[in-house]
Amino acid sequence: MTAIPARKTGRRTTEKTVGVEQAPLWSKVVIAVIMVLATLYFIIPVVWLIIAATKSSGDLYSTPGFSFAHWSLFDNLGSLASYRGGIFWRWILNSAVYSVLGAFLTTVISALCGYALAVYEFRGKRTLMTALLISLLVPTTVLAQPIFLLLVHIGLNNNMLGVLLPSLVYPFGVMLSYTTTMSSVPKEMLEAARIDGAGEFRTFFTIAWRLMSTGLTTVILFSFVASWNSFLLPLFVLDDPQLYPVTLGLVDWSQQSTSVAGLGTLTIIGSLVTVVPIVLAFAVLQRFWRSGLTAGGVKF
Amino acid sequence: MSSAADTGRRSPRTRSSSSGSGVTPYVFILPFVILFAAFLVAPLVVAIVNSLFATQHSGLGFSGGGTTSFVWFKNYVTALTDAGFIRGFGRVLLFGIVQVPVMLGLALLFALITDSASIKFTKSFQLAVFLPYAVPGVVAALIWGFLYQPGVSPIVQGLRGIGIPANFLTPGTVLWAIANVSTWGYVGVNMIIMYGALQAIPKDVLEAARIDGAGALRTAFSIKIPLIAPSILLTCLFSIIGTIQLFNEPQVLRTITSNVTANFTPNMAIYQTTMSSNDLNLGSAMAIVLGIVTFILSIGVSRMSTRGAGA
Repeated sequence: MTAIPARKTGRRTTEKTVGVEQAPLWSKVVIAVIMVLATLYFIIPVVWLIIAATKSSGDLYSTPGFSFAHWSLFDNLGSLASYRGGIFWRWILNSAVYSVLGAFLTTVISALCGYALAVYEFRGKRTLMTALLISLLVPTTVLAQPIFLLLVHIGLNNNMLGVLLPSLVYPFGVMLSYTTTMSSVPKEMLEAARIDGAGEFRTFFTIAWRLMSTGLTTVILFSFVASWNSFLLPLFVLDDPQLYPVTLGLVDWSQQSTSVAGLGTLTIIGSLVTVVPIVLAFAVLQRFWRSGLTAGGVKF
Repeated sequence: MSSAADTGRRSPRTRSSSSGSGVTPYVFILPFVILFAAFLVAPLVVAIVNSLFATQHSGLGFSGGGTTSFVWFKNYVTALTDAGFIRGFGRVLLFGIVQVPVMLGLALLFALITDSASIKFTKSFQLAVFLPYAVPGVVAALIWGFLYQPGVSPIVQGLRGIGIPANFLTPGTVLWAIANVSTWGYVGVNMIIMYGALQAIPKDVLEAARIDGAGALRTAFSIKIPLIAPSILLTCLFSIIGTIQLFNEPQVLRTITSNVTANFTPNMAIYQTTMSSNDLNLGSAMAIVLGIVTFILSIGVSRMSTRGAGA
């Protein structure tokens, strides 16, 4: 199957050696069909979610999934905001703390450590590097149960810090900061800064930080997604619904929706409200995750 | 303190680069090292120690109220002879053998399509494929959960309308219903990684192939795919690690179907043993077992990748 079209296009290219490769019509059709089907597959669940979010509880189960019924979007948003004293917004706020603050702190901590490993010679450096490499192979969810036991020991279970602090340990981020420093922070520039009398921290925060930005974008993106998706650790650690991230809260609603009327609709509208800002952010920040993920992928 | 002197002896250049640094490097690494020790090393130590003990519960007590005794590897024996726990491993293995190749195959196909210069709309296509990655796995499972339920799902209703008795939540199909959620969520990010590697292939290599008369398919199979093999193996490694740890999607689908058991995957068994059965010691032993299995598989895959790259 590979040989025949190859020979065909081969003949074609000898005719037209200049310009873009000219694919035969049938392959263009096949590719177009693949692209359309794939787009539908990836978009349909989101389209359904948007439509379902505009329906009342009754219409959700009695009208066709892909057609609009009576417009209840604002009623649904109203009940979402008022259910149990607006606990949903509390969850969104919690998620923001865990993910936005978490990703920012993770990046700063990883960048400091990776930079130091790349720039300085110090005792214990090799031990730290070895520990880092080994820890890359320890999966985070395997750590969830042990972390939970430890948090119980030190009294941080059922506490926001119990979810936030463990998420700041991101060995992959340190390694990425290390390789970024190696590849994009020239030693000569640091020398120059020192000769000009800049302190080590000032050098880091004014010069190195900016040069590392591509690699650090990857760190911030990956750590954000990791903590935004985090589910097992909060499930272990948090008992109080007031401290839940939004993912945990929505699953809780979904579980209760079999017995509590209307919670199905709230789960749907809640999912939509959770997803929309982040999808928009990803769409707007395309340039960043594209370069970030590409850099991350090529480096390994 | 002595570190500055050490490096000074090695070369004058590095001395000047770390002049006056003394404690500076330690200040830089301190936040990470403290957190690393507290939330990675310490939990592992606690879990290992914990897994060697057994607690006899006298009452309802959680931490107190029970007698603890050293039992060597008894918990590991219990874990490894627990049919449910082992079946969980079998399940994620089967899942991985099918889902990882399908997902990475699709990712590679889409990466090759969007890498080819003659195709239009590649940017918006990539965006559509990548967007599910922005949806948290838990929310993705909730959405698909609705699309699997006959009462609400237009997909199930549509298929039944044309005479296909679709049911995604039977004991036999629910694993693939979960695989679909994972595939939907993670094709995009793998595609972007492979696409990045494709874009990094030097243009003159492709030009040479074209002059030699290789068509698009031939170029893809003989040049592009071999050249991005390291990236493909990287995505493979990440996917396998992710598969063994499968938790979020099945745990969420458990809320809508009883065909996902409480110990459906190893991680779910760990959660259930710790929280529902309240056997922290056995739960720790299971977590260590899962960690070791993941470790061995990761080493195996990276070995394979280095051998593949060397050949």
